Amino acid sequence: MLHSLGRRILLGFVLLIFLPIVAALFIPLLFKYLKGIHTGWFVLFVPIALFIYYAGFITTTMDGGHKVSELQWIPSLGISFVSYIDGLSLLFTLLITGIGALVVLYSIFYLDKDREKLNNFYIYLLIFMSAMLGVVQSDNVISLYLFWELTSISSFLLIGYWNTRDRSRFGALKSMMITVFGGLMMLGGFVLLGIMGDSFSIRELIANSSSFIGHEFFTLALILVLLGAFTKSAQFPFYIWLPDAMEAPTPVSAYLHSATMVKAGLYLVARFTPIFAVSEVWIWLVTGIGLLTLFWGSLFAVKQTDLKAILAFSTVSQLGLIMSLLGASAVAYHSDDAIFKFAAFAAIFHLINHATFKGSLFMIAGIIDHETGTRDIRKLGGLMSIMPVSFTVAFIGSMSMAGLPPFNGFLSKEMFFQSMLALRNFELFNFATWGILFPVIAWVASVFTFIYSFYFVFKTFTGRNKVDKLPKKPHEAPVGMLVAPVILATLVVGIFFIPNLVGKWLVKPAVMAIQPGLYSHPSEVDVHVAAWHDFASPELWMTIALVGLGVVLYLTMTKWRKLYDIQPHYLSLNVLYDSMMMLSENGMNRLSRFYMTGLIRTYLMYMFAFIASITTATLFLKNAFIVDMDSFTAVSVYGIMTAIILVAAVVMVILAKTRLAAIIALGAVGYSVSLFFVIFKAPDLALTQLVIETVSVALFLLAFQRLPALKTHGETKRNRLGNAIIAAAVGITVTLVALSAHSQKMIPSISQYYKDTVATEAGGGNIVNVILVDYRGFDTLFEIAVLAVAGIGVLAMIRLQLARKEAKDENK
Amino acid sequence: MELLMAIVIGILFMAAVYLILSRSLLKIILGTGLLSHGAHLLILTMGGLGGTSPPVLADGVTDYADPLPQALILTAIVISFGVTAFILVLAYRTYAEHKTDDMNLMRGDDEHD
Repeated sequence: MLHSLGRRILLGFVLLIFLPIVAALFIPLLFKYLKGIHTGWFVLFVPIALFIYYAGFITTTMDGGHKVSELQWIPSLGISFVSYIDGLSLLFTLLITGIGALVVLYSIFYLDKDREKLNNFYIYLLIFMSAMLGVVQSDNVISLYLFWELTSISSFLLIGYWNTRDRSRFGALKSMMITVFGGLMMLGGFVLLGIMGDSFSIRELIANSSSFIGHEFFTLALILVLLGAFTKSAQFPFYIWLPDAMEAPTPVSAYLHSATMVKAGLYLVARFTPIFAVSEVWIWLVTGIGLLTLFWGSLFAVKQTDLKAILAFSTVSQLGLIMSLLGASAVAYHSDDAIFKFAAFAAIFHLINHATFKGSLFMIAGIIDHETGTRDIRKLGGLMSIMPVSFTVAFIGSMSMAGLPPFNGFLSKEMFFQSMLALRNFELFNFATWGILFPVIAWVASVFTFIYSFYFVFKTFTGRNKVDKLPKKPHEAPVGMLVAPVILATLVVGIFFIPNLVGKWLVKPAVMAIQPGLYSHPSEVDVHVAAWHDFASPELWMTIALVGLGVVLYLTMTKWRKLYDIQPHYLSLNVLYDSMMMLSENGMNRLSRFYMTGLIRTYLMYMFAFIASITTATLFLKNAFIVDMDSFTAVSVYGIMTAIILVAAVVMVILAKTRLAAIIALGAVGYSVSLFFVIFKAPDLALTQLVIETVSVALFLLAFQRLPALKTHGETKRNRLGNAIIAAAVGITVTLVALSAHSQKMIPSISQYYKDTVATEAGGGNIVNVILVDYRGFDTLFEIAVLAVAGIGVLAMIRLQLARKEAKDENK
Repeated sequence: MELLMAIVIGILFMAAVYLILSRSLLKIILGTGLLSHGAHLLILTMGGLGGTSPPVLADGVTDYADPLPQALILTAIVISFGVTAFILVLAYRTYAEHKTDDMNLMRGDDEHD
C-alpha cells in the first residue's frame, strides 16, 4: 500500500521518538552506581534536549509546512514508523517535552532518592515519554496504536508505582481496563479505515476521505475511533478511571493525568476531524459528550474533599470543554460561518492554557501534600502566610481555571462562550431546536468551575489556621520544587498578554491541521485574540453574570453542598463499574463451574449430543438425506442370521449382570463380525478378526480377574434414560449418514487400479496383502509402531508400579 | 444388504455410546470394543458389499470385492487391539491405585489444576 506512492525511506528524526526508551536502558546503571546523585538529574537532559530540538520546527510549521521521517517496520503490510510533524503534532510534542522537563525537575525534589525506587519510576516515565511522542507524531495508524497502548501500559505502571498500596493497584487496574478497552475498539476503527482507504497512513486517509462517505463501515469506524478517544481522554461515562488514577505520585498526575496522556484522546479527535467531520454523528457525539463531561465533571469537582480529586474532576471537566470545541470546529465542514473555524482555535488555545495551569495546580497540590502530610481540604486552611509562593502559584492557576482576567483561562473561556453561542443559531441536522442548550450548559458548567476553583485555593490557603492539627509542621517548599510550578504560573500570566504570538507560533499551524481543506497557510486563520471586546458582546455579560452567581454560591457553599447527598451511593458510575467487574468475574466462575463438572460423562454427553444434532441437522437442512435403493445389493439369508446373532450379543453385553457374561457376549459380537467378513468376501479380515478377538477375550479375562465386579454404582434411572436418548441419537445419526453416503457415490473407487496392476506391478495375488505391504506400506509400518508403543506402554505401567512399591517397602 | 448393515452398525454405535456414558470403567471399555466393531463394519459397508469373489487373483474372475476398505480395516483392527490392550491395563492399574472403578469418584477437582 505504501509502496504505491514510491516513498523512500527517510531515516532521521523518527529515531528521536525512541530516544527516551534508549535513555531508559541506562537508568538502572546510573541508579545503582551513582547513588549520590538523584537519578532524575540525568533524566532531565532527555526532555530538555528534545524540547530544544523540536522547538526548531516551529519555523517550518508556521509557514504551513511539515516534516516527515520514516522507518520501515513491516513494509509488506504497509506498517512503518512515520514521524509526521505538522502544527498539531508539534504543539503536542512541545507540551510533552516541555512539561516533561518541568515534571522531571519537580520529581527530583518530590521523590526521595534514598527511599524511593527511582530506577523504576524514571524507566516508566521515559517509556511513557517515548510512547506519547509516538502517538502524536505517528502518521501510520498501526504504529499509532502501538504507542497508544504503550501509554496505557506505562500509565498503568506509574499509577501502581507504590505497589504495596491496595488503592494504587486498584486504580492502576481500573485505568488499564478502561483505556485498553478503548484502545482495542480504536484498533478496530483503524482497521476499518485501512480497509476503506486501502492505506494505514493518516495523510493518505485524509486525502481519500471524500470516498468514505456512505461506506458501510464509515459510521462504525467513527464510533470505534471515538471510543478510543473518549476512554483515553476520560469523557463521560469513561472518566471514572481518572479520579482513581490520583493514587499515582503527584508528578505523574501532573504529567500524565492533566497535561499529556489524557489529551491523547483530544489529539485523536483533532487528527481525525478532517476524515469524520462530514458526518453529523461525529458532531453530535463529540460536542454532546464533551459538554456532558464538562458539566458532569465540574458538578462533581465541588463535591470532592481531596485536593487531587478536585483537580481530577476539574481535568475531566476541562477535557470535556476542549472536546466540545473540537466538535464545534467540525461544523466548519458544513457551514461557512467563520465562528466554527474559530472553535478549532479556541480548542487548541485552551488545550495549551489547561496544560499550563493544571500542571502548576497539581504540583502545588503535591507540595501541600509533601509539606503538610495531608491532601484533605477539610484539614487544611490558613496556609497563605506559611507558604506564600505556593499560594501565589495556586491563586494564579485557580483564577485562570475559573476564567478570570488577567490569566490565560479568561481568554479561552471567552472564546468558548463565543463558540457555544454560535451553535445556538446553527441549523444543521436539527440543531436549531436543541441549540439553546449548548450555551446554557456551558454557562452553568462554568459557574461550577468558578466555584471549585475558589474552593480549591481559598479553603486551602485562607480561613482558620489549623496548622497544629496537621500531620507535619508545614513550611514553604524547597526552591527546587517551586521552580516548575512558578515557570508554569509565569506562562499562565504571560500567555494572557501575548496570546496572538502564541496563536501565530503554535495555535494557527495546529488549526490548519484540524481543518486542512480550509486554509493554505496558517496566517489565513483569521483569529485575533482580544481580552477586551466591548460592552455589547454577550460573552462579557455571561462572564460577569457567572462571577456574580459564582461568588454567591461559593459563599453559601456549606448550605447547598448537602444536595450532593441526594444521589444515592449505589447510583454512581463507579458502583456500576465495580458491579460489572464482579458480575463478569462471578458470572464466568459460575458458568465454568456449571458446564465443567469434572465428570467424563458430562463432557462425553456434550460431544455426542453435538455430533448427533449437528450432523443430523446438516443432513436435513442441506437436503443431503437420500436413500437410493437401487445401489444396494441383495440381502442374503446368512447375512440376516449373522445380524440377528450380532444384535442379540450386543444386547447381552448391555444387559449382562456379571463380568464373565459381558466378556463372552463381547466375544460373540467379535466372532459374528468375523462371520460378516466371511460373508462379505474378506478372508484376511476374517482371519485377523478371529485371532484378535480370541486374544482380546483372553486379555479381558486376564484383566477382569483383577477388576471389580460389574456395578452400576447407583446410576439413577434419569441418568440412564439420558444416556439412552443420546446413544439412540448417535446410532440413528450413524445409520442415516451411512445410508445417504452409500446412496450418493460421486466418483468410482480407486480399487480398479489395484486389481489391474497387482500382478504386473507388484507381483502378488492377494490384493489386500499387496496393498498393506506394497502400495500403502507406510500405514503398516506405523501400525506396527502403534503396537510396539502399546506394548511398551503396558510394560511400563506394570513395571513402574512395581518400582514404586519396592521403594515404598525400602522406606519402611 | 447395505440397509440391514446400516441398521446393525447403528445398533452397535447405540450400544457403544450407551456403555461409554455409564459410570463403570469396565462398561466403558466394553463400549469402546463395540464402537470399533461398528466402525470396521461401517468402513466395509461403505466400500460396497458387491463382489462375488474375495480379492485374491484367480483365473476367470473379474468381480472381486473392493480390496481397499479391507486393507484399511485390517490396519484399524490391529490399532484398536493395541489401544484396547493398553486401556485394559490402564483400567487395571487405576483400580489397583484408587480401589474404585466409579468414574464419578475419579472426577478432577479444582485444587489440582
